[in-house]
Formats: sequence, C-alpha cells, structure tokens
Amino acid sequence: MTLWLERHVPKLVLAPTFIAILLFVYGFIAWTGWISLTKSRLMPKYDIEGFQQYDRLFAAPRWDVAMNNLYIFGALFIVISMVLGLLLAILLDQKIRTEGVLRTIYLYPMALSMIVTGTAWKWILNPGLGLEKVVQGWGFENFTFDWLVNPDYAIYTIVIAAVWQASGFVMALFLAGLRSVDTEIIKAAQVDGIPTTRIYTAIIIPSMAPIFLSAFIVLSHLAIKSFDLVIAMTNGGPGYATDLPATYMYAMAFSRGDLGQAASSAMIMMLVVFTIVVPYLYSELRTRND
Amino acid sequence: MAPILDINNLYKSYGQTEILKDINVSIEKGDFLVLVGPSGCGKSTLLNCIAGLEPITGGQLNIAGQDMTNVSPKDRNIAMVFQSYALYPTMSVAKNITFGMKVRGVDKSVQDQKLAEVAKQLQIEKLLNRKPSQLSGGQRQRVAMGRALVRDPALFLFDEPLSNLDAKLRVEMRTEIKRLHQDLHASMVYVTHDQIEAMTLATKIVVMKDGIIQQIGTPAEIYRQPANLFVADFMGSPAMNLIPAKVSTDGNARRIEIARDGEAPLVLTDRRGVDLPKDVIIGLRPEDITDPGSRQGDNLELADVHVDVVEPAGADTYVVSRLGGKEVTARLQAETEVRPGARAQFAFDLGKATYFDPASGARLV
Amino acid sequence: MTDLSATQGASRPWGKIALRWGLYVLLGLFALYYLVPLFVMVTTSLKSLDEIRSGSLIALPREVTFDAWAKAWSGACTGIQCEGLKPYMWNSILLAIPAVLISTVIGAMNGYVVAQWRFRGANIIFALLLFGCFIPFQVVLLPMAKMLGILGLAGSIPGLILVHVVYGLGFTTLFFRNYYVTIPAELVKAAKIDGAGFFRIFWSIFLPLSLPIIVVSVIWQFTQIWNDFLFGVSFSQAGTQPITVALNNIVNSTTGVKEYNVDMAAAIIAALPTLLVYVVAGKYFIRGLTAGSVKG
Repeated sequence: MTLWLERHVPKLVLAPTFIAILLFVYGFIAWTGWISLTKSRLMPKYDIEGFQQYDRLFAAPRWDVAMNNLYIFGALFIVISMVLGLLLAILLDQKIRTEGVLRTIYLYPMALSMIVTGTAWKWILNPGLGLEKVVQGWGFENFTFDWLVNPDYAIYTIVIAAVWQASGFVMALFLAGLRSVDTEIIKAAQVDGIPTTRIYTAIIIPSMAPIFLSAFIVLSHLAIKSFDLVIAMTNGGPGYATDLPATYMYAMAFSRGDLGQAASSAMIMMLVVFTIVVPYLYSELRTRND
Repeated sequence: MAPILDINNLYKSYGQTEILKDINVSIEKGDFLVLVGPSGCGKSTLLNCIAGLEPITGGQLNIAGQDMTNVSPKDRNIAMVFQSYALYPTMSVAKNITFGMKVRGVDKSVQDQKLAEVAKQLQIEKLLNRKPSQLSGGQRQRVAMGRALVRDPALFLFDEPLSNLDAKLRVEMRTEIKRLHQDLHASMVYVTHDQIEAMTLATKIVVMKDGIIQQIGTPAEIYRQPANLFVADFMGSPAMNLIPAKVSTDGNARRIEIARDGEAPLVLTDRRGVDLPKDVIIGLRPEDITDPGSRQGDNLELADVHVDVVEPAGADTYVVSRLGGKEVTARLQAETEVRPGARAQFAFDLGKATYFDPASGARLV
Repeated sequence: MTDLSATQGASRPWGKIALRWGLYVLLGLFALYYLVPLFVMVTTSLKSLDEIRSGSLIALPREVTFDAWAKAWSGACTGIQCEGLKPYMWNSILLAIPAVLISTVIGAMNGYVVAQWRFRGANIIFALLLFGCFIPFQVVLLPMAKMLGILGLAGSIPGLILVHVVYGLGFTTLFFRNYYVTIPAELVKAAKIDGAGFFRIFWSIFLPLSLPIIVVSVIWQFTQIWNDFLFGVSFSQAGTQPITVALNNIVNSTTGVKEYNVDMAAAIIAALPTLLVYVVAGKYFIRGLTAGSVKG
C-alpha cells in the first residue's frame, strides 16, 4: 500500500489540475462548439441544427466589420510593435549608460491594465481638449485630429494605444535575444572587418528568428484577445466601427442575448488562435523532448 | 554467506528499446566492482537499477540475499555518490550529511556523533557550516562521500564521481577512494567511462557495450586476456595495437605475416605452438613493441620498421608506424634515438601476443 | 554583447561622438513617448475642471488640487452608486490574494511533478495545460457563467477566484516547470536514497530553492488578476465588481458632466498597485513576461 502510494503520488498531485483543465478548458470548448451548432438564443438549446449560426455570422455586417478590424488592428499592431521593439532593443544594446532606467520606462505600460491605458489615451486623443488642442495651441489653428470619433479612423487610435502598451515588451524580448547571440561569432566578424550594421543585418538578426516567432505569437495572441482596450476607448463605437471579434462575442452573449451567435463567434476566434498557436506549441514541445 | 550483490538475467527496457540485456553479475563483501564502457552502454542505468531508482523489466536483483524487486531505494541499505555530487544547495555541509538520518528520525546526538566521525575521516571539519556553492569541486566531492559514509550501508554506489574534477584532483581522489575501500572493507559498485580508473580501483571489472556485458574479470585478466576486440581496444592507454595478419605453419612455430605499404611484409614468428586459423588479428600492447635490448624474453622478434611519428611523453616515448594498414604504437624508452622518417629496429614480444577472429571479434588465444 | 563600437569609428572620433549624442537624443525621445501619457494623467488629475477646459493638455497645473483624487476614491459614480473606487479596490484585493496564492501553490506542485517526477502521459498533460494558456477566453465565457450558476457562485468573489485559479494554472505550472527542469535530477535521486519521499523532497529541497520563481509567479498572477477586465465584467455583479470594471464604469458613465480629472485620478488609483509592484520588482515582472515566450 505504501509502495503503491509512493509510486502514484505524482499522478495524484497532478490529477485535480488535469480534471479541472479537462472540464474548464476542453469541456467548455466542446460545450461552446455544441451550442454554436444549435438554435440557441436567450437560453441554450441542445438540438444540433447544423451550421446555421455560422451562416448567420458570416452574413452579419457587424461581424464583417469586426473581422476587418481584426486584420487591420492585428497587422498594424504586430508590425509596428515588432519594428519599434527591435529598434529600441538595438539602440539600447549600444552600451547605454542609463540602460536600466530607460528599460524601466519603456516597459512600464505593460504593467498597466488595458482599461487604464484606454482611459489615458481616450483622454489624450479626445478631439475637444486633447492633442488636437495642444497642436492648435502651438499655432496650427486648422489642425484637426478627430480619429477617436471618426468611424473610418477610430480603429487606428486603438492601434496607437496598443502599440504604446506592448512595444516595450517586444523590446525586452529582443534585447534578451541580442544578448544571447554567441559573442565569439561577433568577435570573429569584427576581426574580419565587417561593419556594425552588417553584423546586425547579416549575423545577429537572422540568428534571432525564434524570438521573432515568439514575439509574433504573443502579439497575435494579444491582438485576438483584445477586448478591454476597445471597451475603454471607444466601447466598440462610433456605432460598431471599432468592434473586434472579442467585443462582438461579448455583445452577443451579454447584451443581445444571442447565445448561438456568441458561441459561433467564439469558435471562430478559437480557430484563428488554433491555426497560429498549435504549430508553434507543437514544434516547441517536439524540440524539447529530444 | 550470500553474495552482497547478485544480479541474475536482468533486463531493462524503455518501451521497445532494450537498454540492458541478460545481465549476470555477483560480488562478495569487500569487492570493488567497476562497471566500465563507452557512454550509452547502459552502465549508469544498471547502477540506477541496483539503487532502485529505475524499475527493472525482467530478472532478479538481490542485495545481501534479499530480493529487491519491491524494495524502494531508501530501504535497500545503500548509499550513492553522484556525478554532479547532488548536494542539496540550500543546506549547509553538515545538514547535507545528516539529512538522511534526520529523515529517518535518528537521534540528534547520534547524528552529531556520526557527523563528527565522518568529517574527521574526510578532513572536512572546517567546511561544515558552508553552503555547497562555497565549496571547490574537490570539497564537494568529499561532502558527497561523507553523505554516503554516514549511512554505513551494505553497498556503496558511485556514478562517475570523478568525471567533473580536473585531471590532478581526479588522481588524488581516486587514491582517496581506494584508501577508503581498503580501510572500510566496504562493498562498492563504481561506474566510469575511464578505463584507467577502472584498472586502478577495481577488484572486479565489468566491461559493457550496448547493454551487453562483454567481459567480467580482474583488472589483470581484462588487460591481458581481453575477451574480444572491443574490450582489447577499450581497455588500456594507448590502446592495444590490433593488426590484421596472415598465419602459416612452420613446424611447431607460427609465421605471422603483416602487410606493409610499398615494402615486403613484416614476418614475425610465434614459437608458443598456439593453434591459429589462416586469417587473424594480432593484438600487441604498445609496451610489447619496444627497443631491442630493453626487454628479456624467449619469444622476442627483432624487425626493422619505418617510423612515422615520434611522441615523447616524459617517462616513455611513443612511436607510431604503419603496419597492416593500421597505425601501430610502440612504447620505447624516453632516451630513444629514433627519428621520424627513418627506419628503426623494434623488438616485438610475441610471447605476450593475443589473437582474435576477424569475423566474430572473439579472442582465439 | 561585445563592444561593437570599439573597432569602428575609432579613426574618426568626432563622427563617433556625434553618433553617440544622436543615439541618446533618440532614446530620450522614445522615453518621452512612453512617459507623456503618465505625465498627462498625473497633471490632469491635479487640475480643476475649469483649468482643464481652459488650459493645455500638457501644461503643468497652475493650482494643484486633490479634489479629483478624493472624489475618485470615495465619491465618483459607477452607475447609480456613488462610493468611488474604495469598495472595488477592496473587492480586487479580496479576489487577488487568494487567487494568486492558490494558483501559485498548485502551479508549484504541478511544475515539480512535470519536471522531476515524469510518468507516462505527464508530457501530454503538460501540453494540454500549456495550450490552455493560449485559448481566447471568449470560448469559455458562456459555459463558465452556467457552471458558476450551478455551483452557486454566480456573481460572487469566490466564483471569480475559481475562474482566475483555473485559467492561471497553465502559466504558474509553466513557470515552475521551466525552473525545476534546470535542477539536476540527481538531487531527487540522492534524496530518495536518503529516505525522503515526494513531499519531503519538495519541502526540504525544492521549496527553499524556489524564492525567485515564486516571486515571478506571484507577480505575474497578481498583475493578470488585478488588471483583468473580461472575467470581472462577465462574472461579477453590482457589489462584487473588481476595480477595473468600476474604473470603466466611472469613465464611461454617461450621466452628468465629464470629469476628466476624476477619471485620471481613478485610473492612477487602479494602476497604482501593479505599478508599484513593477517598480519594486521589475526584474521578476520581466522574467514572468518572457518566460511564457522565450523558454528554456
């Protein structure tokens, strides 16, 4: 009995987590998937009716806007954060005396809640008293900056705030990557007389490919889950001009009482994350088991 | 009295891969058994099986006459020293040594007394309050030994304990372990990939390869009568010369003909009257090819050989030539006049030669 | 990194000096970009509404007043109630402390098993757990609401604690697992031979080594839970809302005059705990952030 216990204690310790994950993650995904195939509205129904909800979803203009916004927001947010993060990392890598302080400054937004970030940027970008007024005060009387309330441009204000929040984190990732490059290779290149810019473009940056991938995964994951920032800055508006799939799902679930649409939109989000994350996790776990 | 360790038909596999195949070894009290082989040969796995850290797949393993199949490591009456020393990093040296006794609920006064004894024996009294991170490699090694010694076990297990030390310290600690063995009359099982360690420490050596025991024997047996080409090549440094040769009979003597590039074959005569097939591989240790006149023997054969490389090693000079398509190393006296590119006369001690079957690799004579 | 500037530019020192200056100016400008929003928040919160309307966004307050802070703390309206952030701050504390502790303790045990006591299938469980970190939480929102109802925890703080523990376990397990795999397996073997069992080895050998990773895990979980909005807004009700939800309600309440200074003061109050943690233990915060993405 004691020997049996001794051998199985590790399994027993892991068991509650295993059961919880099975239920709260995989069971719940299955439940949502199930509901997405039914005619559920205010209350869940459990008779499978096929892919009607998905047909409705793809036909809904609001969902169309949300997906479009996701592409715009996702692409800009990821690209700008990466470029800015890499630039900052390379600049900070030049033996800067105040590196510690600067790093702290660049990264602190990551410690804030997106609601706080959204509140701050909403105030800064507000057309009446914010940035617009500041620039007008500098003598540019005709300057207008009303993106926050302009349906065509409001989504870009979300990008501005999101980049402000996350680019420091990308910087931290890249800086760690730059520091982990084999110094002997760099010394060898210096001895060969290769200019600094070439050392970066030809040796250091290519060797950081895995970090680019990591940053991409984290950022795209953040983009898909983005919810708080939109709620705080525009609440999806004007109209539903800044809706993202996450806010669409929430609106369907909690204010429109349309469980079927909420479930099917959640499943689409899941699918998007799946296609990005699963190959990554798979390769990570594979290489680690060697 | 039952053997202190008795392993019969032991098998070990991970899924489909067999790591250990049909292992049979036993040692008596006071034996120093060394498991030696290249990395991946299964020697460490075998040690872990003895310790109970890995379950065995088949066969039987007895310690002091008791079947160990369902006995957990702590109840096997063993102690183990690890390659990385495995000192508990947050505990002081003293706590590291007494941890096992504390877990077992040994009286505090007994703990202190045993700690003092062991610390004195290993000369680590001054280190007792330090943390492992504050110790040198050699000191860590001693603490790890101390942790094993306080157990006073039926069997000591060592898993490559010296491989993380630098060369000089390794030789010192080797002597120390040997002295401990002599003083305590303890039974030990010791894993290493270093054949010199195996030769110097063991009373009994097990040579392993690919999970199979190649040979069990005393150091002298392993050195002088290696069971096959693998053991011959693995044990001894520089390695035994293994040269393909053709055999013809001349009355009671055997003519051993070794091909050479661009000159007539080298012909040596073995007068021991041994029975040999037509094709063999002759095994000659470097010390059995030496300067003429430095060696006495009734089967010395003198021959001229072209010298390729000369490597003075202090006490001896090693000379490399090419015979039978192989690099052949001879061990000459330090003050030899032999020069690379020239010819020199060597004495081949055919009385010490061993012969192997080229096909199976097994020793013939 | 080696000094890239050492070999180049040595022959033209003036160019090099100009380059260094340019570098520092550039870095300073970026620092400004990150600091301006914080500066604006603080100055706005210290101004009166009149001054906000008449003055410039980036001007320092002519007259410093803490009225907005007082109101944000105990008088601002989050809907029909006008009690400020105080009760919600308390909710967030009551929620965060148990959730952080429970998820860290379970994560530590899980990580210890996955890293040092591997058994057949342990890797699969770990992979399942890891994937759970990445799911968009929208996909569990509906069934979770139903489950909390079944358990009788709907709209309650214990309900939110459960949610945060369950969906934080993937991360905490990952932290501890990645930390414990670097500890040589021989340590466990030695302790087994010394007679210690599963829990004894954890308690006497692994736990004393774990302080840094406990800090990482606690900080990570605390920031995640404190800053969470989605679970808070989905699973709480009037009396149990966490601070982020209350902040959003204050800022986006449509009744009455827009009080930007109160909004900013409230935002700073909501951000203070995590900012404080960041300033005090930034090193561990960054380790947590990067642990999820750069592994090994």
